[in-house]
Amino acid sequence: MTFIDYYKVLGIDKKATENDIKKAYRKMARKYHPDLNPDDKAAEKKFKEINEANEVLSHTENRKKYDKYGKDWEHAEQFEKAQQQQGYQRTAHQGHSSNYSEADFSDFFSSMFGGGFSGSRGTAKFRGQDFSAELHLDLKDVYQTHKRTLTVNGKNIRLTIPAGVKNGQIIKIKGHGGEGVNGGPNGDLNIRFSIANHSSFKRDKDNLYTTLDLGLYMAMLGGEINVNTFTGKVKLKVKPETKNGTKVKLKGKGFPVYKKEGQYGDLYITYQLKTPTDLTDKERKLFEELAKLR
Amino acid sequence: MEAINFIPLVQLCSHYKVETSFFKALNEVGLIEIITIEKVSCLHQDRINDVEKMIRIHRELNVNIEGIDVVFNLLHKVDNLQSEIDAVRNRLRLYEND
Repeated sequence: MTFIDYYKVLGIDKKATENDIKKAYRKMARKYHPDLNPDDKAAEKKFKEINEANEVLSHTENRKKYDKYGKDWEHAEQFEKAQQQQGYQRTAHQGHSSNYSEADFSDFFSSMFGGGFSGSRGTAKFRGQDFSAELHLDLKDVYQTHKRTLTVNGKNIRLTIPAGVKNGQIIKIKGHGGEGVNGGPNGDLNIRFSIANHSSFKRDKDNLYTTLDLGLYMAMLGGEINVNTFTGKVKLKVKPETKNGTKVKLKGKGFPVYKKEGQYGDLYITYQLKTPTDLTDKERKLFEELAKLR
Repeated sequence: MEAINFIPLVQLCSHYKVETSFFKALNEVGLIEIITIEKVSCLHQDRINDVEKMIRIHRELNVNIEGIDVVFNLLHKVDNLQSEIDAVRNRLRLYEND
């Protein structure tokens, strides 16, 4: 357990007045408040630190205790025990922060001040904290709507993941965040999807893109080929005299549209011409004859 | 419009311990939309998360209504930019070699 210099946390001098502390706290809170820094873990951590510092320094009794025993906080516990034996009772005081639980205070704080200020928050109802989680899936997983069980903070949550969810998309699950305080509503769980793509298709929104090698004769004469789509092979007609880089669109063979059942994006195939190599003498002669015709 | 989805302002005021004037001021700057149902001023329940955020910003950071408006506009911009970054990153994958 390391000593925390609450003065340093708030960037103030040990001789700071109540007003100085208030000002410093307000200034830092405006910078690091979680509502102003969504999904910023570093800001959230910093805000908890300044909140804790403010809890201690803005209350005269706590500040005295901290100033007296701060670095040797172990002695503070002995001091408290001695006081308790003499019938001393810790006076409850007004907490400052809104929805911060005991778990948000450092071990150092808990050891000195008995773990948070729950006593003072007995009456007000507060919404629980929002939780954030990242779910790693493969592109194949999100082609179809499926159910998944997640364990968040020891609780199992059965979740339906709609087909077509996008990489980086956040889905909010109401009421699965932190528990509300004093009967307040639970927070929400925000799940961010991280979707890895190991397929031969590239995805942009609901469309899929791929390249296909096309032999010279097929490109020149046309014909029918089997092509891979995300769900299997389909037959495709190739027009005669197809140029290198030609794009064809297979309508409805792309990715499912998010929350629009039965709707799909398109699949774009780019032909990449493969010229024959290791020609036989006969082939070379035939090509020479063809060349003379042009 | 189902009344069940709306919460009377009076109830919100007593729950969050704020004056009605606070909600009226938010309504005036367009941050919330107060709707009157059978002569009772109400707020749609979907706006509760935002309202709680506004109350926190107001109380904990001493930000006035105009300030909350600015903060929300900027947060909205941040949100849009984040979505744009995600879309651009996803698009960039099209041109990246695996």
